[in-house]
Amino acid sequence: MDTTELLRVKREYERYVGRKLLFIIFTSTLIIVVAGISATLGSYPISVSEVYSIILKCLISHPESTKESIVWNLRMPRIILAIIAGAGLASSGAMTQGILRNPLATPYTLGISSAAGLGAAIAIILSKGIFVGKYVIVGNAFLFSLIPTFIILALARFKGSTPETMILAGIAMMYIFSAITTILMYFAEPEAVKSAYFWMVGDLGRALWEIIPTIFISLLICFTLLMWKTWDVNVMMIAGDEVAKSLGVNPERERIFVMLASAFLTASIISFTGTIGFICLVAPHICRMIIGGDYRYLLPASTLFGGALLLICDTIARTILAPVILPVGVVTNCLGGPMFLYLLMRRKKEYW
Amino acid sequence: MKIRIKGLEFSYNSIPALKDVTIDIYESEIVAIVGPNGSGKSTLLKCIDKILKPQKGAILINGKSVKDFSQIEIAKAIGYVPQGIKQFFPATVFEVVLMGRRPYLSWRCSRKDLEKVFAVLKLLNIENIVMRDFNELSGGQQQKVLIARALAQEPEVLLLDEPTANLDIKHQLEVMEMIRTIVKEKGITAIVAIHDLNLASRYADRIVMMRSGKVFAVEDPNNVLTPTNIEKVYGVKVRVIKLDRMMYVVPLDPLDSLD
Repeated sequence: MDTTELLRVKREYERYVGRKLLFIIFTSTLIIVVAGISATLGSYPISVSEVYSIILKCLISHPESTKESIVWNLRMPRIILAIIAGAGLASSGAMTQGILRNPLATPYTLGISSAAGLGAAIAIILSKGIFVGKYVIVGNAFLFSLIPTFIILALARFKGSTPETMILAGIAMMYIFSAITTILMYFAEPEAVKSAYFWMVGDLGRALWEIIPTIFISLLICFTLLMWKTWDVNVMMIAGDEVAKSLGVNPERERIFVMLASAFLTASIISFTGTIGFICLVAPHICRMIIGGDYRYLLPASTLFGGALLLICDTIARTILAPVILPVGVVTNCLGGPMFLYLLMRRKKEYW
Repeated sequence: MKIRIKGLEFSYNSIPALKDVTIDIYESEIVAIVGPNGSGKSTLLKCIDKILKPQKGAILINGKSVKDFSQIEIAKAIGYVPQGIKQFFPATVFEVVLMGRRPYLSWRCSRKDLEKVFAVLKLLNIENIVMRDFNELSGGQQQKVLIARALAQEPEVLLLDEPTANLDIKHQLEVMEMIRTIVKEKGITAIVAIHDLNLASRYADRIVMMRSGKVFAVEDPNNVLTPTNIEKVYGVKVRVIKLDRMMYVVPLDPLDSLD
């Protein structure tokens, strides 16, 4: 009886893991399919099969015809940026929720978004960035967005890094940075205020091939680092700090490490796109409801799902009021909000 | 594994919790730590497991100071079962027990780790609840799962902080029997902080009695659990009854004040 019981249990466990892997495969396929469809949509009609053959052709040679140029130079950078940005935001959101043991926590809670907003606003309004040239706004936003991270780091050094301190310090900085931004806007020209405001809503309209490698490399490095820490985050999340220590994990050190990697990733994305909200909060939660909280599977799942979600939202943003293109941040909130509420109501058991 | 605690002192923000604690603990014995609330039982366990760092004194494991062990090495030698069962983040029993393999994993968990988890679950007779949600289990089952997690660490010392609190009498006995079986079969040492003096006298080889951070007495149950000792440490008048070669402490009246 014992051995058959054990075999049954083992099979049950394998099915349980299988379901998670299935979800990961499903989201990867979803990204590829949606990317194909998304590339056909727009004011210039191109069929799905044409799109795929153009993409394959342009991978090896330069685009020649108008069609090729539209797909490759206009639509593809935007699609790829949407996938990378969504993936990066979702993965840093998932890990931040884990280390802070708080369902509302995201890198934005740690003050990154408002600091980036201030950096961008300064660059736009005063036109004085730390970098000169066309990346003034990007560079300024990036540098500013790292400030809250280093303040929290300094605080952790002297006062310890409990989740509560980190969140409270983050919220405090959020208020400080938004207040400074408001003062700046108050005295600025209306045109500059408008463009600073739109920067903060978040938009993928600035997608160009030349920015893709930077963001992609940052995603690749940070994702690998985060993936490496999934065991420790599992332990800290499920068992708490004390038991984590008894299992050989140093919770303070891991918390700082994961925070740094997530903050860097978020900063490098939002300095190009503006603060796209909600993906980093909602994508991990949706995945948690579907496949559970084990980070070894949850992190890759959230990353892929975040990419798919932002791509879908951006496709809608481009097409729903065409030829007007809505900022994607608006669509993520309008679409993600109700979707999240629906899942919250439908879920069968507690997942957080 | 032999543990020697020498002149240990610990304080939380200058409020002393342990004062000059000196105890020797030997291989494959069950040591119960008893004492009133706030007498330093949990703090002592946490110091042994290096969760807290004592300000003074030393803890030697087989002659080597705990300070010279890395957290991972400690985790491989000592399993810790925390006090009380807090609301957990939702996780299956399997996931909770798998955490116990963390000290041995680089990143991937191998078939061997999974087998070890299944073996521990089988040892504690809880393999039928593997895929259940931890939070949906009864208190007794949860306690067993937490012990299973500590055992998955393959420790030589097991630290248990009030493992019978909030359990019904059957589960109290089951959990204590389980600890005794593990200690005997695996030859490991168990240090158990416990409030129930009757359970302590029944299962412990030796009892450490603590009062306000100091060791009051260390000896076998018969010599520690005397009416005079209990009166001095707890401020309660008791009668100790012997029945079928077992000792029972029956509380009579609380005294007005200590000393």
